Amino acid sequence: MDGQKRESLMEDGFKPKIIIFCCNWCAYAGADLAGVTRRKIKPHFRVIRTLCSARVDPEFIMHAFKKGADGVMVAGCHPGDCHYIGGNYRTRRRMALLKTMLMQFGLNKDRFRLEWISAAEGEKFATVVNEFVDTIIELGPSPYRKMIEEKRNKEPAALTNIG
Amino acid sequence: MPEIWDKKHKTDTRHIRIEPVTRLEGHAKIDIFLDKDGNVEDTYFQVVELRGFEEFCKGRPAEELPRIVTRLCGVCPWPHHIASSTALDKLFDAPPPAPALKVREMGYCAHMLESHLEHIYALGPAPDFVLGPAADPKKRNVFGVIEAVGLEVGKKVIVHRGYAVEIEDMVGGKSTHPVFSIPGGISHPITSEQRDRIRELADKLVDFCEFTLTIVNDVILSNKDYMEIILNQDLYYHRSYHMGMVDEKNQLTFYGGKLRIMDPEGNETAKFSDEEYLDYIAEHPVPWSYLKFPYLKKIGWKGIRDGMDSGLYRVAPLSRLNVAEGLTTPKAQRVYTEFFNTLGKKPVQNSLAFHWARAIECLYAAERLQELANDDEIMSRDYRTISRSVKGEGVGVIEAPRGTLFHHYKADKNGIITDLNLVVASAQNYGAMNMDIRNVARQLIRNGEISNGILNMVEMGFRSYDPCFSCATHAAIGEMPMQIRIFNSRREEIKRISR
Amino acid sequence: MSEKITIALKRGASCVGCDIAVVNFNEALFTLLSLADIVFSPTLLDVKYDDLRAMPSQSITIGFYHGAVRNSDNEEMAKVMRDKCQILIAYGACAHMGGIPGLANVTNKQAILEQVYRNTLSTNNEDHVFPQERYVDQAGHELTLPEFWDEVKALDDVVDVDYYVPACPPTHDINMQILNMVKLFVEEGKPLPPKGTVIASEKNLCDECQREKSDHLSVEQFFRVHEKVFDPDKCFLEQGLICMGPATRAGCGAVCPGANMPCRGCMGPTAVVSEQGASMLSALASIYQISDKENELAEEQIERIMSQITDPLGCFYRFSLPKSELGRVVKDTKTPVKEKKGKE
Repeated sequence: MDGQKRESLMEDGFKPKIIIFCCNWCAYAGADLAGVTRRKIKPHFRVIRTLCSARVDPEFIMHAFKKGADGVMVAGCHPGDCHYIGGNYRTRRRMALLKTMLMQFGLNKDRFRLEWISAAEGEKFATVVNEFVDTIIELGPSPYRKMIEEKRNKEPAALTNIG
Repeated sequence: MPEIWDKKHKTDTRHIRIEPVTRLEGHAKIDIFLDKDGNVEDTYFQVVELRGFEEFCKGRPAEELPRIVTRLCGVCPWPHHIASSTALDKLFDAPPPAPALKVREMGYCAHMLESHLEHIYALGPAPDFVLGPAADPKKRNVFGVIEAVGLEVGKKVIVHRGYAVEIEDMVGGKSTHPVFSIPGGISHPITSEQRDRIRELADKLVDFCEFTLTIVNDVILSNKDYMEIILNQDLYYHRSYHMGMVDEKNQLTFYGGKLRIMDPEGNETAKFSDEEYLDYIAEHPVPWSYLKFPYLKKIGWKGIRDGMDSGLYRVAPLSRLNVAEGLTTPKAQRVYTEFFNTLGKKPVQNSLAFHWARAIECLYAAERLQELANDDEIMSRDYRTISRSVKGEGVGVIEAPRGTLFHHYKADKNGIITDLNLVVASAQNYGAMNMDIRNVARQLIRNGEISNGILNMVEMGFRSYDPCFSCATHAAIGEMPMQIRIFNSRREEIKRISR
Repeated sequence: MSEKITIALKRGASCVGCDIAVVNFNEALFTLLSLADIVFSPTLLDVKYDDLRAMPSQSITIGFYHGAVRNSDNEEMAKVMRDKCQILIAYGACAHMGGIPGLANVTNKQAILEQVYRNTLSTNNEDHVFPQERYVDQAGHELTLPEFWDEVKALDDVVDVDYYVPACPPTHDINMQILNMVKLFVEEGKPLPPKGTVIASEKNLCDECQREKSDHLSVEQFFRVHEKVFDPDKCFLEQGLICMGPATRAGCGAVCPGANMPCRGCMGPTAVVSEQGASMLSALASIYQISDKENELAEEQIERIMSQITDPLGCFYRFSLPKSELGRVVKDTKTPVKEKKGKE
């Protein structure tokens, strides 16, 4: 996303920036399948592939929000199907706790989702992502993204918008 | 020979600023405004710091507070730690077993000593009285005192204060920011090795406190010039109320007693338990400081003045000795009697007497430490009660080195803090500090003539209270709403509009 | 005999525990005084701000700044210290990472103002009086207070910092490490460590902690400190008590576990991570037991289990909130009320 031309949040309507972490064996394959079967998916997301959803460190997710992501999703194999046996068991605990903490930070809980998507679930990938994009459009830009904008526009007074 | 007075010089300025004030715990400054003749028009003692504990502690699990609120103050974390856990004993319905209360008090006595000795030797009276108020500012500090009294005495002071720190480390886990006091008791029992060591150190500390009182006597009480300043009712003196904690026999106690208020004539006007504090104490904000002024609710806020009809009151060593009818330990009790024989009938109102009262409290704390260290119960394995339910509210009170401290918490049914209120020690002396500074400045600064020593004597106006402004200002600020006051031609206020 | 160096001690938004840490050098204070003259310390000396400002640039050898930066006065004096001192050390958790005052990043000026000066139970403020940054009294006297910010920062957010000394407050061992460093520098000209060094251990607290640790850690339930008695010999995490040890740097001697209380992370993150909270969150989630019925557990049940950890933000970022990835709490839009499809 760096290096790309940045649009102002006020012009042209809000264009959400969404990051989706996909595990290689299930979710990424499912995303691939969605593409191959030509599912219509709204374009406002980027995929980051990891070998397992358990590789997704909570720090990556917080970093994404800090850098202006409006929504973050983590997608992995269904419990019981993890390529590494028990990786996604840790993922779900981690993400449940992270969700609580992100809410403590003030973020709307709907900006962060955990989904189980198998390699065969191309349709599910499309449905879930479209739904997520709609949710994010409804919520508007993330407050952390607004902070970046305001700093760039040198409007420090806008920072008291927080809290 | 101490330097008490120095050569004055004339100043043209009409606004003298002392920034920051030094040899205290906290961030503050003094502004002195002179009229065109060079006489003092007004003074302000502003506390300039704040952090926001009463807001950011909301949402925290209540049982975590004893380790968060210690950071209100690194000089007196112990009173916050224990007052906090005392409030939680009630909030979590976990009354501690008697041995736990004794261990808390024992560790606390060591803290009292550590804090008081630090003030006596490093922050307050030692530099000001051993070297003199007008001594060279570059030397007028603990290092200058060590130079003057010699390395042997200096080492003795440091080593003995170190004993108090050692006891704090043993009992509290950490001397600064202790961890051991928790809802329902304490986290670990005292072993017999620890008890033996504490006993050994307590004996040394009692001796050292007697030595300290000898120094107070030799340096201050035997010096005619100093006694003149101390007793001068135009300088460091107020006719104020006093408050302190006492036990059932009205003797001084730091923990577990009731609060007693004495009026300027020496009569008891109230005695109340911790839970009732809101009936007696309220706080008044001002636009020029981050520190609020606590005052007696039943009298009301009457401004920064003293006397029978002012709501301001004082706390800490002098007030505690005034309010108590005696001390429970023999050596300290003897000096207590001597104190009132020397300074007159209760209540003693001379602000500089706080220094002597502080040294007497040291001896009491050391003797009490000795008592508790010799009590086998402190080694009991019955040191904790597990929470039975979440009652959701609790008040904890303790006599901090600098005055009475109140912690009041409210929590939801999950024990998460929803509201808290802190009335901190030094705030209760803030009015008196302002008045002492004003009186001293008015008396000593005439016709625009000032000196280094005079400005230090102005600072001594707050130093006798050993203030702790980190505690006092747990808050933060923002924009000020507007207030319009409408007066008629007779200067009577007829309407007030606020937003 | 080598020439003495000079030292300055300045505080920001601090509890002053770090000044006490210096007083607690005890007899080693004499060693320090043989190596250095303390030329500025409002707690201990009668040297005022104007005296400090009048000192030439870079004329003080080492400056110790403790406390967080959260008002204009803290920032101005941090810059003055940077100018006057050749070496500037962020001393203590607050200067290092924001410390406990950093927790104020969960809130803002307005909320704190309302709470302290109006809503607290003992406050009587019918006249709506709040402290003002500039106030003129009826006689025309002007008084000022430092400008307050919404946000708390660590020292290196406003000035360049040479070294960091963690812990709240820095322990005696860490202080002796510093003293030794200074001694070798002054007496033998031994170079100081590389700029940016954190003066403590490179290890993780669990290494230093004396408690027994099993090879395999699997927690069945998380408890809160008031809910159970703790075995003084076993690892806290094994007992279901949250202890920040795994995500915390060593060097403090693990005194809190020694007093039978779990670590709360004041030494800051370990040498290899920057995000203390994320590390701890990840670690805690990893040690929660995997049950036989794992595949039958729904996400809501998992959320309920993890909610046994009551205050992740306040626990994992107790001392490091300003230095966390997100840095501060924000306000977000609420989800419009309507039928939601699919699971979260």
